[in-house]
Amino acid sequence: MTLAQGIQFLALFVFAAATLLGLLRFLLGPATPDRLVATDTLTVVATSILVFMAAFLDSALYLDVALVYGVLAFVGVIALARIIETGHK
Amino acid sequence: MSNATPKAAGHIDRHPSTESGLTLLVMVAIVWLLLTGSLAIQELVAGVLVTLAVTLIAYPRSGILGGVRWSFALPWYILVYLWVFTLALFKSNFDVARRVLTPSLPIRPGIVQVRTNLTSALGRMLLANSITLTPGTLTIDVENDLLTIHWIDCPPDIDLDTATAAIATDFEVALRRFVR
Amino acid sequence: MINILGSLFILVGALFCFLGALGLMRMPDVYNRIQTGTKAVTLGVLFTLLGVGFLHPDWWAKLIAIGGFLLMTNPVGSSVIARALYKAGVQPWRAEGDR
Repeated sequence: MTLAQGIQFLALFVFAAATLLGLLRFLLGPATPDRLVATDTLTVVATSILVFMAAFLDSALYLDVALVYGVLAFVGVIALARIIETGHK
Repeated sequence: MSNATPKAAGHIDRHPSTESGLTLLVMVAIVWLLLTGSLAIQELVAGVLVTLAVTLIAYPRSGILGGVRWSFALPWYILVYLWVFTLALFKSNFDVARRVLTPSLPIRPGIVQVRTNLTSALGRMLLANSITLTPGTLTIDVENDLLTIHWIDCPPDIDLDTATAAIATDFEVALRRFVR
Repeated sequence: MINILGSLFILVGALFCFLGALGLMRMPDVYNRIQTGTKAVTLGVLFTLLGVGFLHPDWWAKLIAIGGFLLMTNPVGSSVIARALYKAGVQPWRAEGDR
């Protein structure tokens, strides 16, 4: 294993830790807005991980996945925020 | 003009015009070039067709893109803005890192208002984005020319002009050169 | 050499993502969580994109597309959430003894 691969494995663990913390905030709440913020952060971290995976697995396909995922996540967050704003529970 | 869009935030003209359509066309073309990432002739022909089609379909909604000041120096001005922005983004992240990693959590949040001189929807959107990504500030709302901002380290009893100078002025100077 | 540099950039990006998530856990109220979440994670993504750009220089066009898209939408998403909270009447947390 080369040094570059070692660093990438380390990055993989750090990404996993970030995802876990975000997930913890999502589970702990305490209210819907907190979960929404956690979702927003998690989606961007996930986009980041997808881009990293493209390099890690050496496949440019994941870049398209990351882009489309980013677009859909953004639309989802906006829609959920709208629901909070207008007060539908 | 203002009575045509009664629910729009502020006195912003959101009607599509030749100029906003041009902005849309250029943006779609750039996105196409970045997504295909090639200058092969068949990609370019397809790109011209797709760009024109998308621009025609989206033109009625392109009003929010109005307000770009077209000039030959436009790419340069955008680069200068991106430089200012990147510096602020770095500063803000070291700021965030310091606050998060300090055990006592040194924050003093408050909500302030800031006035902007930008008149177009695009300009205000870019300003709000920049403010959100820079040290300790988060744009909550944009109403007319007032931006409501959540400040993570808010000095007590700050007034509108001081807050504007502290938060918005740097970006406005960079932004006003290429957007109204 | 360039591989190590790219991997280091990715690692820095991952660390910023972690920092954002840590801020999400530590901050006392939802506005501050949005702040740390958005800022640190945005820079984290940019660093990751830069690192991947070093590893695969031929992907630069798509990486710029992803980066530009995230820079435009990520702050908007945060602002929209904050605005929804503000409109719904959520007051920001205040430090003790501060008014």
